[in-house]
Amino acid sequence: MNTARKNMDETISRKLLKNMLLCRKFEENVQYYFSLGMIHGTCHLGIGEEATAAGTCGALLPDDDMFATHRGHNAAICKGIDINHMMAEIFGKSTGVCKGHGGSMHIADKDVGILGANGIVGPSLALACGAAFAHKRRNEKCVALAFFGDGATNEGIFHESMNLASVWGLPVLFICTNNTYGMSTHISKVMKDTNLIDRAVPYKMKSAEVDGNDALLVYNTVKEARSYAIENSEPVFIVEDTYRISGHSKSDANLYRTKEEISEWKKKDPILNLEKQMLEAGLCSTEEIRQLEAEAADTVKAAVAYAIESPYPKVEDIYEDVYAE
Amino acid sequence: MSTQNEMTYAQAIKEAMCEEMRRDENVFLMGEDIGVYRGAFGVTQDMYKEFGTERVIDTPISEAAFVGCGIGAAVEGMRPIVEIMFSDFMSVCWDMILNQAPKMHFMFGGKVSVPLVIRTASGCGTGAAAQHSQSLEAMLCHIPGLKVVVPSTPFDAKGLLKSAIRDNNPVVFLEQKLLYRTKGMVPDREYLIPLGKADTKRIGTDCTIVTYGRMTQLSLKAAETLSNEGISCEIIDLRTLLPLDRMAVLESVKKTKHLLIVHEAVKTGGLGGEIAAEVAESDAFYYLDAPIKRLAAEDVPVPFSAVLEKGVLPDEEKIASAVREVVG
Repeated sequence: MNTARKNMDETISRKLLKNMLLCRKFEENVQYYFSLGMIHGTCHLGIGEEATAAGTCGALLPDDDMFATHRGHNAAICKGIDINHMMAEIFGKSTGVCKGHGGSMHIADKDVGILGANGIVGPSLALACGAAFAHKRRNEKCVALAFFGDGATNEGIFHESMNLASVWGLPVLFICTNNTYGMSTHISKVMKDTNLIDRAVPYKMKSAEVDGNDALLVYNTVKEARSYAIENSEPVFIVEDTYRISGHSKSDANLYRTKEEISEWKKKDPILNLEKQMLEAGLCSTEEIRQLEAEAADTVKAAVAYAIESPYPKVEDIYEDVYAE
Repeated sequence: MSTQNEMTYAQAIKEAMCEEMRRDENVFLMGEDIGVYRGAFGVTQDMYKEFGTERVIDTPISEAAFVGCGIGAAVEGMRPIVEIMFSDFMSVCWDMILNQAPKMHFMFGGKVSVPLVIRTASGCGTGAAAQHSQSLEAMLCHIPGLKVVVPSTPFDAKGLLKSAIRDNNPVVFLEQKLLYRTKGMVPDREYLIPLGKADTKRIGTDCTIVTYGRMTQLSLKAAETLSNEGISCEIIDLRTLLPLDRMAVLESVKKTKHLLIVHEAVKTGGLGGEIAAEVAESDAFYYLDAPIKRLAAEDVPVPFSAVLEKGVLPDEEKIASAVREVVG
C-alpha cells in the first residue's frame, strides 16, 4: 500500500494534536499520582507513542471495534473514552469505566468500540478477527482493529490470526506499533529479519509501513487501509515505527538503553512534530498551541479531581459482574 | 401428547445445535473438520447441508485463533459454538479459555458479555493415550467466569447444550467420548435444562454417590448390583460442575450419612476434593457415619495399553467395592 502524503487538513490536524496533547497530559498525571502512591498496581505508559494512537484511532468511526495492548491509555483516549471515568478506573474507583475491576491494563468501553486493553501479548489479533467476522456476517461497513507491539509478532497467535483473517477475508486492521523493544529486549536480539512488514508476505496480506511519529501520515495510512478492508473484505497489516520514551513499566530502570538514544528520539517527539508541521503550513499559531495545551491540562486536572473525589467500590458487590445475566 | 425418540448422545448434541441454529441466526458452529468430515466423532454429521458452510465452518488447525475469533464474535453479539476436537487441545488455546473469555465481563465492569460455547470431547477409554484422553474439568472449575457442563445422558446433553447456547457466559461443554454412541429417550417437545442444577439419577437411603459424566452410568450399574446386596445408593449427577449445586450434595449426604465421590479425572486436585471439602465445611459433616471416600483415576498420565488404561480407571466393580467400604 502506497500512502502519499495528503494535503494537511486543518480540522484533522487540530483533532490529532488535541488528542495527543490529551494523551500526554493524561499520562504525565498518571505518572505523577503513581509516584505519590495514589495509584497502585502497575501501569504502562506510552509517552512518545501518541501519534500511533491518535493517527490510528482518529481514522476509525464510532462503530469500528478497537482492541488495545497493555499500553492502552492513548488508544482509549483517542477512540473517544470518557476521560473522567478512565482516570477514575486507574485510581481504582467505583466510578471507573470498568467499576475498578480492570485498572490501567484493562481499560474498555464497548459503548465507544473499545473492546479492551489486554494484559496478554497477542490475543488482540484473534479477538479482532472475531469482531470483524461478526461485522462481515451482518454486512456492516466497519472494521475491527487490533493493536499489538513488535514483540507480539513472535507469538504463535500472531501467525494464527494473520492466517485466519487472510484466508477468511476478514476486515481487520492489524496495527503493529513497533517501538523496537519487547520490554527491555531489542528487536535485533529476537528476530533474524527485523523488517516487520515482511511478516504480511506469507499471508498475501496488504501491508504498509509508516513513520509512527507522524500523526498525519499514520492517520492517512489507516484511513486508506480502513476503506480498503471494508471494500475488499480483507485484512491490512500496518507497521507504525515509533519509540517509547517512558519506561516499560514502573520497574523499568532503563538499564538496556542509553540516555543518548532516548534523547535522540525526544527530538522526534510526535507532538512537536505535528506542531511544527501545522505551524509551517500556517494552520495555527504558537499561541493557539499553548491554548490547546492549557485546555488539555485543564481537562485532565478535572479528571484527576473527579477520580480522587469518587468513592471506592465495595467488596460486598464483588460477585455482581463475575457472570452475566 | 408429547412423544419421545430414542437417540444417541451424539445425535442429541446435534439436535440441540440444529434447533438453536434454526431459532437464532446468530448461532453458528466452527471447528476443525466439522463439515463434510462430520467432526472426529461424527457429531456434526450433515449439518453443513442444512446450514451451509457459512454457519458450519471448517477452521485451520489454529485453536487459539478460532477460539479467540469465537470470543470476539461473541462480544460483538453472535453466539458461536466452537468445537475443540479433543479437550486436551485446550492446552494450545489456554490463554483464550483462562485469560480472555471468562475475564471480560468482570474486568470490563459488566459492559461486555461473552455468549460462547466451547464443545469438546473429554475422557478416556478409547485407547488414544495420554494426549487425547484427559479429563481436565478441575482445571476449568478453577476459573471464575466460566461455566463447566458434563452431561451423562442424551436427554441431559440436549437440554443442557440448549441452555449453554442461550447463556450469556462462556460455557465449556465437556462431551464424554465413550457416551457418544450410548442411547436414551429424548422428548420431541422443546425443553431446556438449567445450568447449575444437579440431578438425582437414583434415589436411595444408604450411601450418596456424587458423580458426573460417564461415571454416572457406571455408578448406576454398580448401584443395581449393590441393591441386590441390600445397599441402597442415591446417585447425584452434578451435570454442571461450575457453578456447583452444593445444596443437592449436602441434602443427599444428610439423608444417607455416607458419601462416595466418583470421577474419571485423576484424584489429586480433582473435583472430588472440592466436593468433600464442601461437605466437611458444612453442617452435613455432622451427619456422616463414616469418612468420605473419593474414587478417581490413578494419578498417572492415561496409559495406552488397554490393560493399563482399564486398570487406572474407576469401573463398576471398583465403585461397588468403594460403596461397600464406605457403608462398612
